[in-house]
Amino acid sequence: MPGKLKAKIVAGRHLPVMDRASDLTDAFVEVKFGNTTFKTDVYPKSLNPQWNSEWFKFEVDDEDLQDEPLQITVLDHDTYSANDAIGKVYIDIDPLLCSEAATVISGWLPIYDTIHGIRGEINVLVKVDLFNDLNRFRQSSCGVKFFCTTSIPRCYRAVMVHGFVEELVVNEDPEYQWIDRIRTPRASNEARQRLIFLMSGELQRKIGLKVLEMGGNAVVGYLQCFDLEGESGLVVRAIGTACTLEKISTFPATATHPNNSSPSKDMKEPGFGEEAPGVPLSSGPPTPLRAQTFSSFSPSKSYSRQSSSSDTELSLTPKTGGHLCHFCMIPPSPFCVFQEYPFFTLTAFPPGFLLHVGGVVSARSVKLLDRIHNPDEPETRDAWWEEIRQEIKSHAKALGCHAVVGYSESTSICEEVCILSASGTAAVLSSRFMQDGPLDTEHRLFEEVVSPGCGFCHIPYDELNIPFPAQLTYCYCCRRYKVPDVLFTTIDLPTEANVTGKGCLIQARLCRTKKKAQGEGNATAISSLLPFLEYELHTQLMNKLKLRGMNALFGLRIQISVGETMLLGLASATGVYLTALPSPGGIQIAGKTPSDITYEQHISTMQKKINDTIDKNKELYEINPPEVVEEIIGSPIPEPRQRSRLFRSHSESSDEVSELDLSHGKKDAFVLEIDDTDAVEDIHALLTDSPTPAGFYSCNTEIMPGIQNWTSAIQMFTSVRVFRLNANLTNQGLNKIFSDLCENLLKSLYFKLRSMVPCCLCHLNFTVAIPEDELIQVAVTAVAMSFDKEQPLENGKQSGEKTLIKGKHVLYSPSVDYSSFADRCSSWIEQLKLKAHTIRRGSVKTTSSLEKASPLPEGRSRSLRSNRSYSGSSVAVVKMTPLSFIPGAKIIKYLGIINMFFIRETSSLREEGGVSGFLHTFIAEVFAMVRAHVAALGGNAVVSYSMKECVFMENPNKNQAQCLINVSGDAVIFVRESELESTSVQTQSATTHTSNGGEGT
Amino acid sequence: MSVELDVFVGNTTIMDKEVYQLWLNGYTVNDAVKVRIEGGVMEECEASAEVLLSDTMDQYRTFQMCERLLHHPAKLANQLLFQIPPDRQAMLIERYYAFDDSFVREVLGKKLSKGTKKDLDDVSTKTGITLKSCRRQFDNFKRVFKVVEELKGPLVENIRQHFLLPDQLARDYAAIVFFANNRFETGKKKLQYLTFQDFAFCAGQLINNWTLGAVDNMMEDMDVDLDKEFLQDLKDLKILITDKDLLDQHKSRVNNETSHPLSLVCNALRGKTNVFNEMEANFKNLSRGLVNIAAKLINAKDVRDFFIDLVEKFIEPCRSDKWTSIDMNLYLTHYTNSAHILDTFKHHAVWTRYMGVIKSCILRMYHD
Repeated sequence: MPGKLKAKIVAGRHLPVMDRASDLTDAFVEVKFGNTTFKTDVYPKSLNPQWNSEWFKFEVDDEDLQDEPLQITVLDHDTYSANDAIGKVYIDIDPLLCSEAATVISGWLPIYDTIHGIRGEINVLVKVDLFNDLNRFRQSSCGVKFFCTTSIPRCYRAVMVHGFVEELVVNEDPEYQWIDRIRTPRASNEARQRLIFLMSGELQRKIGLKVLEMGGNAVVGYLQCFDLEGESGLVVRAIGTACTLEKISTFPATATHPNNSSPSKDMKEPGFGEEAPGVPLSSGPPTPLRAQTFSSFSPSKSYSRQSSSSDTELSLTPKTGGHLCHFCMIPPSPFCVFQEYPFFTLTAFPPGFLLHVGGVVSARSVKLLDRIHNPDEPETRDAWWEEIRQEIKSHAKALGCHAVVGYSESTSICEEVCILSASGTAAVLSSRFMQDGPLDTEHRLFEEVVSPGCGFCHIPYDELNIPFPAQLTYCYCCRRYKVPDVLFTTIDLPTEANVTGKGCLIQARLCRTKKKAQGEGNATAISSLLPFLEYELHTQLMNKLKLRGMNALFGLRIQISVGETMLLGLASATGVYLTALPSPGGIQIAGKTPSDITYEQHISTMQKKINDTIDKNKELYEINPPEVVEEIIGSPIPEPRQRSRLFRSHSESSDEVSELDLSHGKKDAFVLEIDDTDAVEDIHALLTDSPTPAGFYSCNTEIMPGIQNWTSAIQMFTSVRVFRLNANLTNQGLNKIFSDLCENLLKSLYFKLRSMVPCCLCHLNFTVAIPEDELIQVAVTAVAMSFDKEQPLENGKQSGEKTLIKGKHVLYSPSVDYSSFADRCSSWIEQLKLKAHTIRRGSVKTTSSLEKASPLPEGRSRSLRSNRSYSGSSVAVVKMTPLSFIPGAKIIKYLGIINMFFIRETSSLREEGGVSGFLHTFIAEVFAMVRAHVAALGGNAVVSYSMKECVFMENPNKNQAQCLINVSGDAVIFVRESELESTSVQTQSATTHTSNGGEGT
Repeated sequence: MSVELDVFVGNTTIMDKEVYQLWLNGYTVNDAVKVRIEGGVMEECEASAEVLLSDTMDQYRTFQMCERLLHHPAKLANQLLFQIPPDRQAMLIERYYAFDDSFVREVLGKKLSKGTKKDLDDVSTKTGITLKSCRRQFDNFKRVFKVVEELKGPLVENIRQHFLLPDQLARDYAAIVFFANNRFETGKKKLQYLTFQDFAFCAGQLINNWTLGAVDNMMEDMDVDLDKEFLQDLKDLKILITDKDLLDQHKSRVNNETSHPLSLVCNALRGKTNVFNEMEANFKNLSRGLVNIAAKLINAKDVRDFFIDLVEKFIEPCRSDKWTSIDMNLYLTHYTNSAHILDTFKHHAVWTRYMGVIKSCILRMYHD
């Protein structure tokens, strides 16, 4: 009996008119928790009622506190007939159960109705008194913290990383119960919303229990998904990484280092619902029966280059990146014992945690759904996932790795067929976090210290026993270990990685038609198509990567979506040039029938085009890899050299480009075989995505390599498109349409966000679905972040000494001596002095550039100003971002996880502006509700935000539509760095604001 | 193959000023796209017509969703649906309530009724402003009118507070409300040369000096209606024209003053003796005109004709005599002042209150 929940209903505003006669409303409120309900008095004839109720007290088990939401229903009193519901608010109590999170929920929350959307707001106060017998829990797990963020949250440090936790709960879907035939759509929707709230509460509690059993106190990288299996039920499942976290006290850091600005550390969060990763090279022979498993993995390839800058840098890292967040390496005593699955949902790690990366491992399996008969025994689903995880584990082993990082799971369901997918990156982790690393850890450890910039690229597997064909070379950084020629991973780019140039979003898109079939036949057909699909996606990725002159992919997500007549595959990743890996060969086109002269000519023009594109891309992404310099070997601090290269201008690089051109002709060039002229065109069209417009960069990882000086202007957005196909398209036609759909969507985004230029679209997360025959749905959530081109020195703020050194080279020419430590120190001090100037000078520069440059870029300055003036306004600004950080700001507190599920339905689709109007409103409402709940918790931002599910169904003939959205993220409080040192910001905000399209906050 | 659904929602609502203006101007999506293409955004941003169409539709949808909030601008600040920075909110409101001078001239002083609204298509044809835009402007007038009609306190201030409008725009709306309430005739041919701003200026003068609120801040409806008592008192001014002695005295004093060799402006006007000759000749007519206007203002019907009377009785005669504004100013100053020195004239306060407004209105309405 350890908890008392207290709620007080203060007031309402903007209520809808419920009584036509008086144009007013007689509102009252029901507050329900579990089976207990309280009511307020009726506040007659007002659209802005002031109930000011007493405190309603619920005495409940903490188990219930975790499972149940507080349900607030606003009704209109009617003397003669039944009271009309205005709408509901569900409040997740969970953040109040943890002492370190929020203490009170207080604020205006939108009143939501599944048919009418938001109908006014209600002001509530909610508190929880927990009694302190916390030891006896068996069933509850109050106090375990949950984070969507897939890295160690800033302002915490990991004492220990325990490992993988997973759980799933199943239930019947209320929408498919018999009673649904007789109840109203509203009742049905509400039953569903409530059930999902309950299920996710239960799931979270169960996961919490597992974490407590393991001795942890938090779950990081918590990824919860729904499988709407239709007739056969509803599955809510979650995975995460159990950790023991320790709060870092906030005191000195701010004062001592002016550097602790924003995040240079990248972290990423759980993918939106459905991504299905995995890279195929080889694939298991598909067996036809139901429950057939199929899988594949891809190799990776890696390299390094001149190694790293050693201890100095290491020791400085904590100061720089995650402000307060020293990911501390625990002393070797509390080892963590991996249980069955050494999987980690994290995508970014404390320095030193990740030793080697093997490559992407993925597994898929096609299952036939059958009714879940007993909700209390979800064994079937468990067994399915078990199978897949086993497979992943064995793939990792084949790559010589004992762990899988950046791990995620997803499903795609069409009628009774379900594809389960799991993927991750095989890796070797530091023994400091593990007890029984299978590898020669001493050695690895040593190596790691020597070369953090390239160490992770070194192959973990046995050179003579490679599980797949790969070309190995000596690391281009340290020259001591072998690296593969290409590296694919699902994780974020490690902060310490040596990268040349900038990165970019790379997508492979594929459509495959499939015959309509039923049951097992269907499952079989899908199973046999999958390997080809994956293979083609992989080839496309590889080609596009080479076309950009890059050699590694990060954040790879492969999503495969199944429909009745087609399969859709979308692979997204961020391509980069890892300095440690060899420069990629070109792409060579070869005809199969080299007889015809015109055909030959055609091929050679195509070849030329491709070569030109590669050159252009290299210039665009500033990929000027260092020549292979022999003297570098053995040099203890070769790092400055690279850094200087990063900043080389284009003109300087031209000679290098020509040198690289040679490699196009090399024999290791990737050969594309083509058998007819059309195919050449196709390949060209497929490969050459239209370039991003000037001033834009894009990636699907947390941050873009090569860009650091973010301004505070961020704009999170969601965009959804549904495309109707004509019947009877060929595979090629489909491919083209699908590819264009994605490209056009990107183009629209660039256009929309043009006022933020120069900017980078980060964490571009595409989700594809086939809502019904001949429809393709693409949803994107991402954040646009502006950065300052003009102020390379601002870098200093973000990545500490490392960048300061960069700064030095920028200032004092690239002629570098790979100097001594003393030299560094002096340059660092120098830098500190300089910085004072630069901040002032830099910002003035910005001002002028803003004025004269494009007419658009005022978003940033405006946002600063508006933040300030907002304080007087009645609605607090809440920022949202899919990233784990907010540029230019410091997260000082995590308030708890936001996990919300909404259904919206309409039977007056035309009146609500058609499908677009309907969905537009709904998404805006979802944003509004997330913001309101975060604000009520006392927060001012949501980080690691994701829209995991967006299921849209329409029936235009009946003028109906329905949409389900599930979103999640971490509510936080952040403090602007500008509030600490406001000089530069003020100058910026003083810039004139003129033109159009501004946004900012 | 077609895009069936296409939405973009930003956490901070993205609104393009240019598209907003097109929307306000009542352009259809397709027309707006055409305008934008001509404006050259495409080249600037490497966009295609398709992208532009999608963007425009999206923005239009956003504006439509916001429109309901714009009807009660105070709601915009504390609604939760759209996160819009305050300066953007101010821009949205200001532009939504902005109006075309050519449109407002058509409806100024008319009753803001359904009947007038029905005639808006004629106004649209005449002014070239789209019907949609006309309706928005008309509805804005009506909405502001309805809200402030029932409020106590200063008119301009009420408008500014309820509709969060910038000062100048609030003043303009005050003028529109004031004109609509008193039904001043502004549409006659003779008044066509006057701009909205001329009328707005006059409205400001009337509101500040002739309404009840000008005297007592706490009175109800004070700024919208003219001060009845004052209008009653104006009748007493008739003595200036009915009393023959007074009229002559007044005339000679004005003439003395204006043609006095020591008068400051005298030198400047020396070459224009004929103006003064004519003035002398016209004095009785002009004075009779002004005083008669004053005396009749007690009748609502004559209030409506206030501006037309001013033009017919005073401005036109002066214009035909080719007076300059400076002449006019000089004349009106002396005309007002010299009345005070008349022995038997007692109504100094009323005279000052009346002539102050008349003088500034005439000067504003007198375009050389």
